[in-house]
Amino acid sequence: MMDTLLSALANLLTLQHMAYMLLGVSVGLVIGVIPGLGGIAGLSLLMPFLYGMDEVSALGMLIGLVAVIPTSDTFSSVLMGIPGSSASQATVLDGFPMAKKGQAARALSAAFVSSLFGGIVGAVILTGFVLIARPLILMFGSAELFMLALFGLSMVAVLAGRSLPKGLAACAVGLLIGSIGGAPATGEFRMIFGTEYLYDGIPLVIIGLGLFAVPEISDLLRKNSTIAEGNSLGSGWLLGIRDWWNNLFLSIRCSSLGCMIGAIPGLGGSVVDWISYGHAVQTAKDTSQFGKGDPRGIVAPESSNNAMQGGALLPTMLFGIPGSGSMAVFLGGMVLIGIEPGPSMVGPDLDITYSIIWSLALANIMGAGICMGLARPISGLTAIPFPYLAPFMIALICFAAFQATRDLSDLVALLVIGMVGILMKRFGWPRPALLIGYVLAPQAETFFYQALQFDGWGFVIRPGVLIIGAMTLVSVYFGLKNRVDDTGPTGEAVVTSHASRNIQIGFAVAMMAFFGLALWDATSHSFLGAVFPIGVTVVGVVFGGILLLHLMRGHKDHPAFFDYEIVGDHVGNEGNGWFWSGPAWIAGLVVTTALVGFYIAMIGFFLTFLRLRANASWPRTLLLTACAAGFILGLAYMLNLNFPSGWLQSAYDLPWPFR
Amino acid sequence: MTGLFTTTRRGAIGLALGAAAAIGLGTPAAAEVSFEGKTIEWIIPFSPGGGSDTWARFNAPLLGKYLPGSPTVVVVNEPGGGSTKGANLFAARAKPDGLTILGTSGSTQFPYLLGDPRVRYDYSEWKVAMAAPTGGVVYTSPSTGVTAPEDIGKLAGQKLVYASQGATSLDLVPLLGFKLMGLDVQHVFGFKGRGDGRLSFERGETNIDYQTSSAYIKNVQPLVDNGTAVPLFSWGALDENGNLVRDPTFPDLPSFAEAYETLTGKAPEGPEYDAYFAFFTAGFPAQKMVFLPKDTPQEIVDAYQAAFEAMKADPDYQANKEAVLGTYEQVTGKAADTLFQRGTIISPELRKQVVDMLAADYGVKLGDD
Repeated sequence: MMDTLLSALANLLTLQHMAYMLLGVSVGLVIGVIPGLGGIAGLSLLMPFLYGMDEVSALGMLIGLVAVIPTSDTFSSVLMGIPGSSASQATVLDGFPMAKKGQAARALSAAFVSSLFGGIVGAVILTGFVLIARPLILMFGSAELFMLALFGLSMVAVLAGRSLPKGLAACAVGLLIGSIGGAPATGEFRMIFGTEYLYDGIPLVIIGLGLFAVPEISDLLRKNSTIAEGNSLGSGWLLGIRDWWNNLFLSIRCSSLGCMIGAIPGLGGSVVDWISYGHAVQTAKDTSQFGKGDPRGIVAPESSNNAMQGGALLPTMLFGIPGSGSMAVFLGGMVLIGIEPGPSMVGPDLDITYSIIWSLALANIMGAGICMGLARPISGLTAIPFPYLAPFMIALICFAAFQATRDLSDLVALLVIGMVGILMKRFGWPRPALLIGYVLAPQAETFFYQALQFDGWGFVIRPGVLIIGAMTLVSVYFGLKNRVDDTGPTGEAVVTSHASRNIQIGFAVAMMAFFGLALWDATSHSFLGAVFPIGVTVVGVVFGGILLLHLMRGHKDHPAFFDYEIVGDHVGNEGNGWFWSGPAWIAGLVVTTALVGFYIAMIGFFLTFLRLRANASWPRTLLLTACAAGFILGLAYMLNLNFPSGWLQSAYDLPWPFR
Repeated sequence: MTGLFTTTRRGAIGLALGAAAAIGLGTPAAAEVSFEGKTIEWIIPFSPGGGSDTWARFNAPLLGKYLPGSPTVVVVNEPGGGSTKGANLFAARAKPDGLTILGTSGSTQFPYLLGDPRVRYDYSEWKVAMAAPTGGVVYTSPSTGVTAPEDIGKLAGQKLVYASQGATSLDLVPLLGFKLMGLDVQHVFGFKGRGDGRLSFERGETNIDYQTSSAYIKNVQPLVDNGTAVPLFSWGALDENGNLVRDPTFPDLPSFAEAYETLTGKAPEGPEYDAYFAFFTAGFPAQKMVFLPKDTPQEIVDAYQAAFEAMKADPDYQANKEAVLGTYEQVTGKAADTLFQRGTIISPELRKQVVDMLAADYGVKLGDD
């Protein structure tokens, strides 16, 4: 045993291994900083170089990349409010408000030190856990996995916002959106309405960007200022580290949680950050600052998402089951260098396993270190006048969005979900509740159906099910006690949102209409295909109904009323632009893409936006456009991808990248 | 008319050159074809990661090395629609210049064979450059009382549970196979991959399962050695004439046909077996294939086939082929053609029979546009 540990360590600490790992870390940093690009893109980028490399160096490079992405994706989450990848969606909730307060550097350093710590805790847990992991992982059957999905859903209680019926209705909408596409039990296609794009459901990256990034961009576009309000970026560097230190135990708990959830195949990493965010709120005494820039809202998800990557390695290595998209590519990489996952990874190949686990810790240290160094200069971005930043951000989220299926429909879906997100933000519908519902819908449905098939209703008395069920109840209890509101200023405002009651009712009715649509679609399906959407619809209609009742009958200060256009902090300021200007610009880009393809459309968009909206001079406009065009081109070239094409491309045969 | 003429003439030249190469004159086929300085796009209709992507990324640099002019071969992922989207794109856009190729898998073949409305590609128009077979082994839990492959008869009348990825996925082969054998199998759908299904078997949720050969060797053989799994049969392989034989990787295990005979006392035959056989071929012996688009000149096809043959001697190929391909050789020429024919052609009656059965027994609808 000792020999194995030592030989793994010796392999790890060679100069060659470290050099390759640094290479992987650097690529991971760059890829992670770009929103929407994550482990999958980064690993595909490195794949061609795997040939002829020795095992240890190749693994070091791959691990370096995988490990650093949940660290570096924090940049866009905190600085721009764009979720850098699915693992740091929850970071946006408090990170971005901190950046808006001019505390970007503090938020980033808190995030990086938490990531670093999470990565190391993950590696430490794995070192001991890996030997006994096989039987433990096998204890989680379909029934337990279903209960874990319910546990994840229980976080809706804490993220439901001021009005519980609103939160639950939002969650039901998310569950329905998550159920679009092939039904797990029968494969029949639900809610596709003859649209080929919807056969596979709406991709996660679109939902994440649409719900969180588009509304923020749209808001900022109206205000015309910089992201950071006030001039100083704050020298919060040390303050951020202190934020983490003060919440050390929260960080330890969330890291362990992340590592465990990552290790259980089937749940997937995209809820880890929300579960730990929910946990942070549930265990906090004072929750008034959550959603408005509480450092605990950064420490918790960032600790867990790096630890999760470590946990996710376990099912990949021990069973050959990738827990996430990037783990699937990582697995492919392992196979390409001749390592086949399986029980031998804890037998004869144990030294490889250990060098993987410790590479992970080492890569986390490298990555967090580099990010720390970059935090100050990069947070300067938030001091740039937003009209100059906006075209880059819009181009970036569109670029990120069409990574999903590389189709124009991705952009259309982004626009539609973005508008839903804007309205949800305006009327105080909690977006995290929708997202959690969306992410967990397939899991909840699939595992429930499988559990019933395997065990019948007897599955509810399995010990694991009872334990997780009790945890869920506790979570709901604390969640309801410590509800958090991410919809901005509340309470103290003298004005109430009662005035716009009618449009609020209108939006709620629109959501009810969506339930009606789902119900109508469900009637055309078999029992197994329809039972889940019908069940969710019933829940949605009940809570949507209660909400409507509140909106129609409630007194003026009823918490169901919320309109950001009345109580928002921008109200009363001069020069607020048109409410729909953000989506209008994005829509312009989408329409032009449909005509002339994305690349030409993007160049045109930059020119138009910088000239008309930012009032930039011609030289500056051309320079910025050229930079953006070159950057996107370079990315596309390296990733071997074609841009979405439009009418022009179908009529004429153009050379890449205009193709 | 001119176009037609040109194609034929080129085809003739290609044939002549191919024949020359075949009888060992030593010149590479189609010396006039050169991809020097070009980039070849290899479309993979799946996301990065996973079997097809890994397979293409393994082959791509070697293919580039051995194609005339040493072009750069890049893998372009076009996922969506259960791989129909990428194949549709290829069918609509690829030009017959050898610069765009498509890698398909059983998941691309099955919707085509079943008549999925999303399919807008026609295999019969394409030229096959290479085929990569795979195989698999069916095993069961000792709790069924089975201790060796010969005991398969004990399964008759028992309630078996199988973890399936879906009735129209690659797991259609076990679905049709078990049904043919008269086994009472409950298919539980919604699993994400065969690895996921194996996990369910190890948890004791299911008692019959199959794994592709390399996963079987790496992950199930230890279970067999522990006594927690018992192999039943391999799906088998096809010989050059397209006959089902024992899988050379598992010479000691009976093939599907032998197991069928042990169970029922007679060799498998009839329309149901034919239907099974078409999907089996598309899912295993012809699982992964590389195609050139419609109207591609024969000399380009030959150049590709020659490159795929030549790469087999490369040390990089030798070093990693076992991990990627399992124990099967990638084939070209007549062997690839046989697999291509067998794995992509199904009579309308057999198709209807399978689709009707899926609709009646499993409520499967193949989409509605």
